[in-house]
Amino acid sequence: MKNLLTWFDERFPVMSLWNDHLAQYYSPKNFNFWYFFGSLALLVLVLQIASGVFLAMNYKPDAQLAFASVEYIMRDVSGGWFIRYMHSTGASAFFIVVYFHMFRGLIYGSYKSPRELIWLIGMLIFLVLMATAFMGYLLPWGQMSYWGAQVIVNLFGAIPGIGPDLAVWIRGDYVVSDATLNRFYAFHFFLPVLILPVLVFLHLVALHKVGSNNPDGIEIKKNKDENGIPKDGIPFHPYYTVKDIVGVGGFLLVFFAVIFFKPEMGGIFLEHANFVPANPLQTPEHIAPVWYFTPFYTVLRAVPDPFLGVLAMGAAVVVLFFLPWIDTHPIKSWRYRSVLHKFAILFFVAFFFILGWLGMQPVTPFNAELGLRSTEIYFLFFVVLWFTSKPRSKAFSFLVFAIWMALIIGYDLFRLPSVDASLVWPGLTIPLVFLAVTLLGPVFTNLDEDKPVPERVTG
Amino acid sequence: MKKLILLLLLFMPSYLLASGGHVKLDKANIDPTNKPSLQRGFKYFANYCMGCHSLAFSRYNRVARDLGIPDDLVKKNVIFTRDEKGEPTKIGSLMKIAMPKLYAKQAFGKAPPDLTLVGRARGADWLYSYLRGFYLDPSRPFGVNNTVFPEVGMPHVLWELQGYAAKEESGHGEGHKAAEHEAPKLKIVKPGSMTPAEYDRMVRDLVNFLEYVAEPGKQTRLSLGLPVLLFTLLFTILAYFMKKEFWKDVH
Repeated sequence: MKNLLTWFDERFPVMSLWNDHLAQYYSPKNFNFWYFFGSLALLVLVLQIASGVFLAMNYKPDAQLAFASVEYIMRDVSGGWFIRYMHSTGASAFFIVVYFHMFRGLIYGSYKSPRELIWLIGMLIFLVLMATAFMGYLLPWGQMSYWGAQVIVNLFGAIPGIGPDLAVWIRGDYVVSDATLNRFYAFHFFLPVLILPVLVFLHLVALHKVGSNNPDGIEIKKNKDENGIPKDGIPFHPYYTVKDIVGVGGFLLVFFAVIFFKPEMGGIFLEHANFVPANPLQTPEHIAPVWYFTPFYTVLRAVPDPFLGVLAMGAAVVVLFFLPWIDTHPIKSWRYRSVLHKFAILFFVAFFFILGWLGMQPVTPFNAELGLRSTEIYFLFFVVLWFTSKPRSKAFSFLVFAIWMALIIGYDLFRLPSVDASLVWPGLTIPLVFLAVTLLGPVFTNLDEDKPVPERVTG
Repeated sequence: MKKLILLLLLFMPSYLLASGGHVKLDKANIDPTNKPSLQRGFKYFANYCMGCHSLAFSRYNRVARDLGIPDDLVKKNVIFTRDEKGEPTKIGSLMKIAMPKLYAKQAFGKAPPDLTLVGRARGADWLYSYLRGFYLDPSRPFGVNNTVFPEVGMPHVLWELQGYAAKEESGHGEGHKAAEHEAPKLKIVKPGSMTPAEYDRMVRDLVNFLEYVAEPGKQTRLSLGLPVLLFTLLFTILAYFMKKEFWKDVH
């Protein structure tokens, strides 16, 4: 055994890889609950690829056969229902885990220097994940698969000039059809199996170069002992490997509970209308994307002009790429940042949930108003992050507040003739409260005071 | 934060009232573990529905096995179709129908849909209410309309059993808002061979069967759930103690 290892080590850096990334990779000792989701995302990726391969053995990417082949998997393939539910639940689990992972980065400032590149690669992973999920959802060839894809591809058609041709180029046809199904199937295999693992690898290499952040946002590499080992660091293996296994157990409990007891999750993970085969001649009465796209879908619907809506939706994703340069506050973790900063993050998260919920609902005047206000909060949050990155003067605070309120009220006045005023003015209180608290709070209160950051990690 | 919650609470009731738009459905109260009910449902489906509606993703012998019916009985009483060679359809075949799509379209305006997955697409309560929601309406081609599925193209196939119902006009002319969502009251005007209670039971059996055939593996899935979760729980507890053991020296 020892000889075998030596044989390999002379030809391949087995031991140094093992040491650099596991046995001698020093992680902060104070990781908490939120640090489970990185390894869980990796687990879900493996589960998706493994279950996906078995599905692909029985699935037929053909508009005539696709729907029936999924039902064949559900009924005639032994254990097929389990593999299929694992894959469909896994798609939702992937996004839950990744959204939690991103939330962790947000509250502990994990995107800040020197970890900007980790964040950027992570955002690329998020983009590829969205593309993969979107194309995968077409494959069962149900009504929602079909019309969801139709709506999303049509968005590209809203781009002036090249739009219509671009949409045809993506579909390979004038409507979503067999050609679309085939190419989406090809990409649904290519992206997660070849592109995602490469990006995940780069994500980890970049992480291991600079070292992990932690809930205190303190660089453990600044406090090293005489051997050059961080005083607050512990080797990833075995400490975090055994800890992450507990996380895996907790995750699987929830994951299996869904698979065995609620695989449709009440129509959220598997939409009811998707049990009807795709019918290009019959539009379902209510088309909603799957839940993980709904926050961005609401942003799209909040803007009346189709092209501007597409731009807004794109901006909602793109703005996240710039997070490291928007929030340049020197304190990383929200533990030591002000009450107002925590308020801003929680307010943002609450409205992100509202955006997601609204995306599943039909448009009513009330929903449209709330969707617009939530969209405003989504983007204003980044303004607030930028604003609170350093101390601002009284005059500047009032100026920024006045500019944004003027823009919001200006738009309200512009759209007033076509909407219900009794919804607009109560709705205005949402951005008003948010901006007043976060921008003017520092002027009138001392709630913007940060706490002293300790030298060493706590707990 | 408090202000936000207050604001949301203020808006809540108006949203809840605004939801809906469909009629209220009656609870089907099916029991998917009741084999005799499923068997009766299968019988009713074969006798009353399968002339027009296929179950093209399901196989005869799978249904027979799951419902505890001998294959011979199914061959003799349920399979009426022949395959492309002219032989009686095999027990392992998909439950297709003899009616050609084109003919069905000419007869009904729209080909009757395959019902394998209708239980998952519509839900048990919808099916239960739908099958009990036919009423006389001379303006429709088949003389009947439906409270749950207005303007539906399907005739009242089960009229022999239920008889014909008429819609009772609601008395108050001023449009009371809540009344819109309530199912209109139906009254049997021409009795069938079953009493309303018998008919409800029969529909319940039929819906039970449709729910079963939409996901035949459902009972297996549910029964596996608890053992899997208990095993995972045991694994998690052990993993937790292992973690604790390893972390003893971390301070």
